Amino acid sequence: MQATTEQSGKKRKLAKIKNTNKFGYWFILPFFIVFAGFNLYPTLYTLYLAFVDISGFNFEGNFIGFQNFSYLVTNNLFLQASYNTMLLWVINFIPQIGLALLLAYWFTNYQLKLRAQGFFKSVFYFPNIITAASVAVIFFTLFDYPRGPVNMILMQTGVLEAPFDFFRSAFATRSIVAFIQFWMWYGQTSIVLTAGILSIDKSLYEAAVIDGATAWQTFRRITLPLLKPITLYVLITSLVGGLQMFDIPRLLTDGGPNNSVETLMTYIFRQAIEGGRNVSIAAAASVYLLILTIILSAIIFFLIRDKSEREA
Amino acid sequence: MMNANESKIKKQRILIYIFFGFLTLLSILPFWIVIVNATRTAEQIQQGLSLIPGTNFMENWRILRDGGFNIFQGYGNSFFIAFSSTALSMYFSCLTAYGLTVYDFKLKRPAYLLIMFMIMLPPQVNIIGFYRFMVNLGLLNSYIPLIVPAAASAPTVFFMKQYLQTIYHPALVDSARIDGASELKIFHSIVLPLMRPAIATMSIFGFVQSWNNFLMPLMLINDRSRFTLPMLVQLLTTDTYTTQYGSLYLGISMSIIPLILIYLFLSKHIIGGVTAGGVKM
Repeated sequence: MQATTEQSGKKRKLAKIKNTNKFGYWFILPFFIVFAGFNLYPTLYTLYLAFVDISGFNFEGNFIGFQNFSYLVTNNLFLQASYNTMLLWVINFIPQIGLALLLAYWFTNYQLKLRAQGFFKSVFYFPNIITAASVAVIFFTLFDYPRGPVNMILMQTGVLEAPFDFFRSAFATRSIVAFIQFWMWYGQTSIVLTAGILSIDKSLYEAAVIDGATAWQTFRRITLPLLKPITLYVLITSLVGGLQMFDIPRLLTDGGPNNSVETLMTYIFRQAIEGGRNVSIAAAASVYLLILTIILSAIIFFLIRDKSEREA
Repeated sequence: MMNANESKIKKQRILIYIFFGFLTLLSILPFWIVIVNATRTAEQIQQGLSLIPGTNFMENWRILRDGGFNIFQGYGNSFFIAFSSTALSMYFSCLTAYGLTVYDFKLKRPAYLLIMFMIMLPPQVNIIGFYRFMVNLGLLNSYIPLIVPAAASAPTVFFMKQYLQTIYHPALVDSARIDGASELKIFHSIVLPLMRPAIATMSIFGFVQSWNNFLMPLMLINDRSRFTLPMLVQLLTTDTYTTQYGSLYLGISMSIIPLILIYLFLSKHIIGGVTAGGVKM
């Protein structure tokens, strides 16, 4: 590239910079190569597998249309797994968002001026960082029958007369799984919501204080409505994560008792890796999981968005 | 009137601190019980709960080790995978973010939209195709499928791009360009060092996420000497430790202690990262 001396320095620089634009492709190329190989192709391959009849150790399959999908909608274990996955998410998320909102309200309350907030946030977030596999085994041993720590505490304090076998009760096992999810995530949710509240324009609160509003009134009338976008974000990311729940139910009871905590992911894993190796059934179940995720996210998105538009 | 209000708030505050104390116990007690039990005998554990450590640590350790629970190999394997995938993820995410921020090219907008779309896709829906593909490539028991995909981490690219937009200015690189430095060299010597704070934050999350990953290695690895830490934890529920309570608790403790140590030192950064990015692990 030879620039003549007549051109001004500025022009020359501009020309050079303009020419560098094609470098953008080189910078983003590695990302998209890895994406194509390890993400896009496996996704298309999963889609293909869902329409053929591969099981066992076969590598070739015949095209069978929607048979895998129609098999799944009549398969009791799959329906049970879909129901469980949604149920476990709902019963962990409702208390989770409730407590997180309460904590965020307290953390940002100008009248309370709570101290050691950094410490408490760290402590509430702490369970989130611990390996889910380890957490599952910890709760498995804590609720052990007959002489695990929880049974012993309940007997020593007289709540129970005889030890209770938690993992033989569907209700108890579901509650424990939901509690673990709640316990691992409420800290994260409360920190995100606190950050959301702190990003709201301060002058709104100042005006409310001048008007004599109580802390609760400002929270109810200013904070909550303005917090909707971030609540939407929390809801959808939690849903996407929750629908893929695997580690905890797998290591706690492997889906039992009576498949009460069998989730879509434990079902998919079981089909693909264990027993009959029904790869195509597992692939079709993955496609259902994707569709379910998209539908539920869309419902949440439109529910929250519409509501805020009506109120506006 | 003002005084009554003040004392009401004071009362409220005390109740909230008590509640916070309860939540603190809830966060710490399960781990505390596990770590304490790791130092007690199976009989002591069966007899009752204690919050004070016992003296059976060495014996528990002997039983754990003799049962084939090779924790140090697990640490090594998990560290190798987590470190490599984090390094790859940080480097290529910065590279991609730089490409998308600095240059203007035709496919820039579609590329960016594709990355945004990938953030919202549930990561596990293609796991069956991924698994089958790796089998076809003969990559079972290899760490490649656990490390290389980290080079295309959409959420990390997004975070890096957000950060880069706040610090990047064309004047930063203009003089280097006039001096004839290559684009890649400019990226390495000027931009990458400036991105250190963002890299530090995202590294922690990337490392922990890879370290904690269970499903992928569970599908791909079946050679015991290549097991990662979460897979070793799984062995605790199936192996000979079911009656050796002290060793069982010791095994769990050893699986969580590295993360507890990391958290003691880095919790401020981690909370900062969660606050800034709403990072979901």
